[in-house]
Amino acid sequence: MAQVWDVVVIGGGHNGLVNAAYLARAGRKVLVLERRHVLGGAAVSEQIFPGFTFSVFSYVVSLLRPEIIRELDLPRHGLHILPLESTVTPLPNGDYLGAWGDPDLTRRELQRHSPRDADASIEFGRLMYHMARAVKPILGMIPPDPTSLSPGDVKGLFALGGHLRSLGAEQFHALYKLMTMSSADYLDEWFEFEPLKATKSASGIIGAFLGPRSPGSAYVLLHHYMGEIDGAYRAWGFCKGGNGSVSGAIASAARSFGATLRTNAPVRQVLVRNGRATGVVLDSGEEIEARVVVSGLDARRTYLDLVESRELPPDLLEQVRRFRFRGSSGKVNLALSELPDFTCLPGVGAHHRGAISISPSVDYLERAYDEAKYGEFSRRPYMDIVFPSMIDPNMAPPGRHVASIFVQYAPYHVNGGWTDAKREAFGDAVIDTLSEYAPNLKSAILHRQVLTPADIEATLGLSEGNIFQGELALHQLFFLRPAARWASYRTPIRGYYQCGSSSHPGGGVMGAAGRLAALRILAET
Amino acid sequence: MLKTTPFHARTAPLVLGLAWRRWAGYAVASVYDWLHDREYAAIRNAAALIDVSPLYKYRITGRDAARLLDRVVTRNIGRLAPGQVTYTPWCDSRGKVIDDGTVSCLAEGEYRLTCADPLLRWLHQNAFRMSVQIEDVSESLGALALQGPLSRAVLDEVVESPLGSLAYFRVARNRIAGVDVQISRTGYTGDLGFELWVPAADALRVWDALTTAGSRYGLTPAGIWALDIARIEAGLLMADVDYTSAHRAVAESQMSTPYELSLDHAVALDKPVFNGRDALVAENASGPAWRFVGIEVDWVSFEALFTGRGLSPSLPTVAWRTSVPIYRNGRQVGYASSGCWSPLLKKYIALAHVRAPHFAPDTPVEIEVTVDHERQRAGAWVRRLPFFDPPRKRA
Repeated sequence: MAQVWDVVVIGGGHNGLVNAAYLARAGRKVLVLERRHVLGGAAVSEQIFPGFTFSVFSYVVSLLRPEIIRELDLPRHGLHILPLESTVTPLPNGDYLGAWGDPDLTRRELQRHSPRDADASIEFGRLMYHMARAVKPILGMIPPDPTSLSPGDVKGLFALGGHLRSLGAEQFHALYKLMTMSSADYLDEWFEFEPLKATKSASGIIGAFLGPRSPGSAYVLLHHYMGEIDGAYRAWGFCKGGNGSVSGAIASAARSFGATLRTNAPVRQVLVRNGRATGVVLDSGEEIEARVVVSGLDARRTYLDLVESRELPPDLLEQVRRFRFRGSSGKVNLALSELPDFTCLPGVGAHHRGAISISPSVDYLERAYDEAKYGEFSRRPYMDIVFPSMIDPNMAPPGRHVASIFVQYAPYHVNGGWTDAKREAFGDAVIDTLSEYAPNLKSAILHRQVLTPADIEATLGLSEGNIFQGELALHQLFFLRPAARWASYRTPIRGYYQCGSSSHPGGGVMGAAGRLAALRILAET
Repeated sequence: MLKTTPFHARTAPLVLGLAWRRWAGYAVASVYDWLHDREYAAIRNAAALIDVSPLYKYRITGRDAARLLDRVVTRNIGRLAPGQVTYTPWCDSRGKVIDDGTVSCLAEGEYRLTCADPLLRWLHQNAFRMSVQIEDVSESLGALALQGPLSRAVLDEVVESPLGSLAYFRVARNRIAGVDVQISRTGYTGDLGFELWVPAADALRVWDALTTAGSRYGLTPAGIWALDIARIEAGLLMADVDYTSAHRAVAESQMSTPYELSLDHAVALDKPVFNGRDALVAENASGPAWRFVGIEVDWVSFEALFTGRGLSPSLPTVAWRTSVPIYRNGRQVGYASSGCWSPLLKKYIALAHVRAPHFAPDTPVEIEVTVDHERQRAGAWVRRLPFFDPPRKRA
């Protein structure tokens, strides 16, 4: 006998799982359908090479909302966040710039390069603290529509207005600047040492098809500053076992509340009758009935692929068609026989336990973007590198290592399209660039996995390989994410909701969209 | 000059932040690195090496060794077979706890007692007319705690005879780098772990062997700050922090019984004679006036105290060891004696003494917190100890 589920969630990524966990916790009968053989979406750990575990796509945690960790008691389900303390930027002249876990150490390091910047960084840190505090309530808010007069929207706007007023003039103006400026311009107001500006502004280009001098990149920078670990903003951590353990913990929580999680269950279509979602049909032809259907997929798939266009108003279809994805990042994962030996800091050291940033100057990043702008991958790209095995020794056999290299830019719309040869050429550019700073790298590589936005799209279904399910551009945020009037997790189809990073507040393994969508569904159904 | 431990020549150059602390007249590292996060993480995630040499250690041998110990401690030592270790408190004649530690049965008629405070005089007083030798081996024996999920993998690489399945609270002789050592499956972290008992003269050879092999397993020397967080998560009390020794207390109100410290499992009332038995029999019948429990701070109420003042919650980075009042319905019902933010559990936790009848698990209480220089109360719950008890600890 066919069973009718209270809720079917399409997509077992972290947001789909968070959504399912909250709904199941409230007593709903929930089924999650994941297309792949493994849960987690872009937060997965896989043994691509025997004995070596890769955080294949996303690879660090910071933005995961503390209320989700607490409310789902994720530590009990295996979430174990380990400190990732430093960022070291190797420089072409053989020197380096380090930002360490200890503030005195960092200040002394900055003083070596620019005493003025060392002082400025203290004030800048305080401002970013205020900014993260300013943004925090917004992250936990279902976006109110400023053009609507519905009681819920008016109440939300009132709360938002009150919050913004409470910031005070100085902070409000800083927030406004961050929302509109380029990260390079914004940082120019603060700092003079080029590698420092470049390394900080790199946070403003991650996942975006923007250069550090493009307006709007300052917001992306803020997006990466608003994470918090143990009450400390801007703290980044590494999840024991890789980011698959984030999904694993959420999945375990969801199961403990009674949710059913199915893998190898690709959904072909959402069934709609009289403007109301009634269930889904799988690729296999199996039909599953449900009172509520939630899509954790991105806006393009949620609106254009999963439902027939006749079910949706044309203006919404147009908005979704114009929702910008333009994936710009690639990933290179390495199995290594030994750690890269950086010329600037010879031997194995504390820098291997943090991030290595290849961002020697703003010009370097902007040039990398120039190539992408005209349809080529960056020959000398920006990279953010971590060695997960230095933090969690279980990621590789004893004495061996894994490297996770986030690379920009690798434009989805590359001239001539992505081919196997182009992918390997991109991988070579990454390795060649990094080898300039760590000459032993090539001989240490046991296995190399290169992922382009096209691979990310093909493997995970993320449109155009955008890691945030759509760019974090000002016109695609808050009450416009993913579309005007449909930013509150609802869709025009009754009983059909969206819970992915295409909705507010966007991506970065936050889980916020999954949680807020669940709260919306619980209030309405 | 404070005394230094047998491992000092190796540990001293690693103490980058020059943060030392006193422990029983010795200098030990509070933290090696600038911050203790990574040292704590090593305990829970990889393997950590902690110098615990300042423990007082007594070697007790002779025909009446077990008889002496059975008279002193509350656990049944007569039942302890060679190769077994037990954790136990010991009391004065009023049943008030003097100290707590471990007793290892190393061979028939040979025991090692570890404790936080010196105990030689008390042992001799209790050994009246017994055939027993008591030797203070505190200085001749170094001690290293090797703790964490990968501690067994590290140890496997250095021991000369296979470790086999050295079970929880067992001890065995072995050799590391040609040095005779005793390895016990014990520790103060509540995790998988071992303690190594090493002749002081050969201590550095053992340290070197462990750190060399451990480099492939993320082995990290860890200081007392890291250890303190781990032991609070594990619900393990600390003498002179969580309770006052009956030998040091000046008023009876400062003293605690094993039942008040929730150490019921370590009191063998079926044993005919031991110090404090009569008092403990009576207390067991009437029920203790206090219990030692866990406290979990309600984050939502804690955070609200700060956001109301335009602040973000400020968490202690290092475990605190001060007396903090616990309230229920407006009245003080107890006090916390240690607390910390648990980076693993993502909870603000504390160890506390709570009066009857408020100590039942999940009882809602309040804990004092200072916010913006003002005393406030945050919601909290009484919790069963330990907060963290991974299966690997006993596996």
